Amino acid sequence: MKRSRFALSVLAFGYAFLYIPLVSVIIYSFNDSRLATVWGGFSTRWYGELVKNEQVLEAAFLSLRIAVVTATLATLLGTMAGMALARFGRFRGRTLFSGMITSPLVMPEVITGLSLLLLFVSLQQLTGWPAQRGFSTITIAHTTFALAYVTVIVQSRLASMDESLEEAAMDLGGRPLRVVFDITLPLIAPAMVAGWLLAFTLSLDDVVIASFVSGPGGSTLPMVIFSKIRLGVTPDINALATLIIVVVSLGVVIAWWAGTRSRR
Amino acid sequence: MFWQRVATAVPYLWLLVFFLAPFAIILKISFADPIIAQPPFTPLLDENGVPRITVDNYIFLLTDKLYIVTYLKSVFMAAVATVLCLLLGFPMAYAIARSDASTRNILLLLIILPFWISFLLRVYAWMGLLNNYGVVNNLLLWLGLIDRPLQLIYTDLAIYIGLVYSYLPFMVLPLYATLERMDPDLVEASQDLGASPSQAFRDVTWPLARPGVIAGCLLVFIPAMGEYVIPYLLGGPESLMIGRVLFDEFFVNRDWPLASSVAIVLLLLLVAPIVFLQRHRREEVEGAG
Repeated sequence: MKRSRFALSVLAFGYAFLYIPLVSVIIYSFNDSRLATVWGGFSTRWYGELVKNEQVLEAAFLSLRIAVVTATLATLLGTMAGMALARFGRFRGRTLFSGMITSPLVMPEVITGLSLLLLFVSLQQLTGWPAQRGFSTITIAHTTFALAYVTVIVQSRLASMDESLEEAAMDLGGRPLRVVFDITLPLIAPAMVAGWLLAFTLSLDDVVIASFVSGPGGSTLPMVIFSKIRLGVTPDINALATLIIVVVSLGVVIAWWAGTRSRR
Repeated sequence: MFWQRVATAVPYLWLLVFFLAPFAIILKISFADPIIAQPPFTPLLDENGVPRITVDNYIFLLTDKLYIVTYLKSVFMAAVATVLCLLLGFPMAYAIARSDASTRNILLLLIILPFWISFLLRVYAWMGLLNNYGVVNNLLLWLGLIDRPLQLIYTDLAIYIGLVYSYLPFMVLPLYATLERMDPDLVEASQDLGASPSQAFRDVTWPLARPGVIAGCLLVFIPAMGEYVIPYLLGGPESLMIGRVLFDEFFVNRDWPLASSVAIVLLLLLVAPIVFLQRHRREEVEGAG
């Protein structure tokens, strides 16, 4: 049992490594000092300044709109792709298709961002669209990589599920489309919700791809954060980070709690 | 069937247009010359319809020492970060897989949770810790271990910390998935038959964990190769990684053709690991289903 004690201490170290930075940001967000690294007493003034910062609020609103549209599109497309890969058997071009699902998961963001920007520039030369880069181009770019994640989630859920329910419904004379809507979709609904949330988070989080495919005036929240922190630590970003950490953690914990309860 | 065709064709077309076609365009522009115009590169065909293709960008990349060194350094740093993730992630995944069911869920949740919190802000958190007057230096000064701040931020060490920190969940989760399926009796049986703990690990645990090790290493190594944010925020001027060079070539020097050829060479370096990952994933999914 010596080995597992070693494993347990590495586990404890690993969690400390994962969480100490987050805790330190939360503590420093209540620091009164403008110098983000010197402790100047407890204060909540950076939260007040954050709420008054219009650039941040505007960017946050743009990011949220992009994330909602991205997550919805990616869930639609990803569910179709997941069903195609898990249920429709072999079809022509299947290898290419599953390659185009796996690659975006690991593709370095600089490559994805550059390639999509060059596509948009070429399209604009040929067709006049997109006349301006911003909301629509960022949404398309985010949907492209987020749909790969949704596909993987839906596909593995379908792979772990028995096909017999769907087959029984077909045998009883259900039309294929009805079977999909009455049987398959309700069964994979949890995977679709998980996929939607993941796509939403990925979109809200991206800075590199958005920097490439955005145009003047179309700054997302991560782009604004990035331009503020490239010069170092700033107290109002500590406050913003704390808000995000708290909201996300609460959301994930509640979702997890609801998930374990419903399984009982 | 009609609806199956539609459900396949829609995402398929989306990916062809927005994922595959852009690579053809990068390839095309990597053979162009930079010019001062909008867009800033020469067209593929000149006014008389004659193709104009130049390989100058590639010759420049392959002869300029800076680029060769940067590519090699990116491979090296991504590989080191992958090994560090494995060394830290394997015992973690092992401990989680061997814990009892109720704690296991909480431990897994704690691995996934940081993944949902903004990547950018998590890298930013390390800027505050590693600063010359940051938490780590203050702690070491207070403990009397050092008498003046260490240079931690803007070094290669900071990049490694950032890479391991950001990509650790991608290593732990696939490792956990394979280790959880493994029957712990196998290790016990081998030890009953006289194997030492290290022999049992080498001959039983490790071979059974291999699919998870492969998946985890690829999921860390491939994106880490092209990382931009971490070397930019935590690395120094010396610690060049190719993602950062590509970004600067594009945004600072506005040399789109050179940036494109940097991307193509990076892509060529990553083709083998990506194909490997794709094969591996297909075996996993189809083996399970």
